[in-house]
Order: sequence, then structure tokens, then C-alpha cells
Amino acid sequence: MKMISRRIPILALAAAFVLLATTSTSLLAAASEADFNAAYAEAEAANKQAGAQRDQWTTTAATLANAKKAAESGNFDSAVAEAREAEALAKASVFQATHEKDAWKAAVIR
Amino acid sequence: MNLRPAIRLASAAFGLATLLSAALPAGAADSVDPAADAKAFQNYFTTKFPKLKPADFVNGPYSLNEDMHRQWVEKEEFPPYEFSLEMGKEMFAKPFRNGKSYADCFDNGGIGVRQNYPYFDEREGKVITLELALNRCREANGEAPLSYVKDEMAALTAYMAFTSRGKPFDIKVPNDPRALAAFENGKEYFYTRRGQLNFSCASCHVQNPGERIRAETLAPALGILNAMPIYRSAWGGMGTISRRFTSCNSQIRGVPLEPQSDEYRDLEYYLSYVSNGLPISGPGARP
Ligand code: HEC
Repeated sequence: MKMISRRIPILALAAAFVLLATTSTSLLAAASEADFNAAYAEAEAANKQAGAQRDQWTTTAATLANAKKAAESGNFDSAVAEAREAEALAKASVFQATHEKDAWKAAVIR
Repeated sequence: MNLRPAIRLASAAFGLATLLSAALPAGAADSVDPAADAKAFQNYFTTKFPKLKPADFVNGPYSLNEDMHRQWVEKEEFPPYEFSLEMGKEMFAKPFRNGKSYADCFDNGGIGVRQNYPYFDEREGKVITLELALNRCREANGEAPLSYVKDEMAALTAYMAFTSRGKPFDIKVPNDPRALAAFENGKEYFYTRRGQLNFSCASCHVQNPGERIRAETLAPALGILNAMPIYRSAWGGMGTISRRFTSCNSQIRGVPLEPQSDEYRDLEYYLSYVSNGLPISGPGARP
């Protein structure tokens, strides 16, 4: 649909930015279970806020589940990366809900 | 399969796109005027599809052109919801264990009343949908509530819609601040973008009706509940309003709310009210 295709150039730019941000974390030393627990707690807190705003994303839930699975198999590097990603998704949903609190009005048929 | 790059892309793009659009004006005065909203809503669709009369909109995607309409006529000859309708009729007639029945819970024994739901209950201060009223009826008579998204609820609402076919939606928003607030909340839910794909209900059903998305033609929001519940080939069965709302939320990667949560009840109230005057056509069948 139109509204998706119009975003493609923005997409490319944004992708480069986010990829940079997430890959830089994996250059650090191996992550521990404590790192995972901290990252996971932050992601969950952000997702809870999205829930209060009635706007959780399915991808946040899926990424949280991936994080947990990675941690259970002892792969804490990957678990931390997934948890950070879930947090980023949850924060984006909170941002969306906060923005829409007023923005929806512009779309109303008059 | 690696979804991660795609997820990153989408969420980042979403963040930027909303930042860019944040400068848009947020709309004028916030007074609630349901009648004016309904008028503007109906006018938008009849202008967009000048060949259709308001009552033509009640068959969803089948409303939109002659080819689709022909498919609809053919489908109605051997309607795939027949089975559900029969089941609903039997369920409706069968007494509860206490000897009472659904008929005891509704005006006119529940026959020909679909067009009055949802209504605003001034005692409770909340919107009551037909699905909710059916489960409350069961519980008041000592029966367990039905799932809002499964076949039995679809069957009951199919039967009640069938006995109301042709009756125009007659939803009332009383001059009670709580009713006006419920209407406004429903409107807000309808127009609010959500989910990772950043779509509102209106993005699809107001801005793009008649457009194809995957293999489906998007139904116009005007009259969008008149044919509920619907049989869908893609589901291989019937779907209630609750099922349709939750599945429309998940397809934009939003976590659906609980069926019959306040938001969904208000949403149904809003969507039904703006289709006032359009005839009930349910149950419906879809490709
Ligand atoms: C990404 C686009 C999209 C969004 C956003 C969306 N829907 Fe849908 N909706 C569809 C598709 C596709 C169908 C199936 C084809 C059709 O009937 O339009 C559908 C069908 C429906 C139907 C059944 C219509 C019929 O006659 O068969 C209803 C009711 C509905 N949507 C309500 C909603 C509500 C309420 C929202 C917001 C919570 C919403 N939709 C958001 C795509 C969307």
C-alpha cells in the first residue's frame, strides 16, 4: 500500500542507524546471566508501559520469548541482544501510543 | 528464518516516520457530536463510491463493484453460514438447565433486535454489545459463558442477526456524558495507529476500501458490522465481531485486547452508530 512504499528511503537510513547501534553491543565482552536479567527487566518494563497504553506489539512479545529461549540455552550474548531489541521495540510502541494520543484526530473524517 | 533485520527496519522506519509527521495539526475543537460524525462518515463513503446507495455498503467487500456483487449473489444461493444459522436457532430455542432461555433476556424474545446493539446502559455507565449480553444472559441463568471468538457465539449472533435482516441499525447515544465519552473513545480507538506496522482501523477501512491487500479486498468502514457474524473461507468457519477485531489487530502486529474489553465495546458502539440507517444483513459470507 502507498503508505508503506513512501517510507522506503527513510527505512534504509533508519536501518543503517539501528544496525550500527545493535551490532556495537556484540563487540563487547561476553554477556553474563546478570546482564541478561537486567536487559530483560528493562524490556519488560517498557513493554508493560505499552500495555498500559493498549499498544503492545506482537514482535516485542516474540523477541522477548527469543531472549528467554537464548538465556535458557546459556547463550547470554544472544539473549542480551534479543532483550535489547525487545526493549527498542517496546519503546517504539510507547512512542507511537504517546504520539497518537493527539495525532489520531487529524485522520478523523469531517 | 531471520526476521530480525525486517523488524529493525520496520520499527526504525516507524520511529522516524512518526517524528516526521509530528508537526501535523492535531485537529480542531474536541466537542462530541455523534450525529454530525455519522453524517460526515456516511457522506465520505457515498462520495467515494458514488454508484452505491448507503444500504449497498452492508455486504463488505462485495459491495464495491459489479463483479464482486455477482459473486455475492452466487454465494447467497448456497450460503456457507447455513450450518451455523441452524445451530444458532437450536441453541437459542433450547432452555437452560433452570428452564429459562435466551428469549427471557431480550426484548421481543430476542427476535429482530440485533439492530439495537450495542446500547449504552445508563445504570452501569457502559456499552453493552450483543455478544456481551448473550454471555450475561447465560451467566445470570447459571450457565458458563461462551468463548467470544468461537463457533457457538457466532451461531447465536448469526441467528439473532438473521431474524433482524433488513432492519436499520438504530444505535442511540443518550445525552449522558458517559455515553458521549464511550462514543468518543470508540472513535479514538478506530483512528489511532497501532501495532508495529503503524496502521489504524481507518488506514485500511477508510483510506483504502476496495484496495487489495494480499488476496483480500478491503471492506469499507461504512456498514462494516451490519453483516456480522461472517463465514470466511480463509477461516474455514464463522467469525464473531470479537474474532474480527482481534484478528485485524494481530495482522498489523499489534497484540489484540481481551475480547469485550472496554475499548472494543466502545469501538463497536462507534462503528455501529455511524452506520445508523443501514440495514442488518448478517450473517454474511466472505471469500
Ligand atoms: C492492514 C489493514 C487492516 C487494518 C489496519 C484493519 N483491518 Fe479490518 N480487515 C482487513 C482485511 C484484509 C479484512 C478482510 C477483508 C475485508 O472484509 O475487508 C478485514 C475485515 C474486517 C471486518 C469484516 C468486514 C467484512 O465485511 O467482512 C471488520 C468488521 C474489520 N475488518 C474491522 C476492523 C477494525 C475495527 C480495525 C481496527 C481495530 C481493523 N479492521 C483494522 C484489514 C485491516
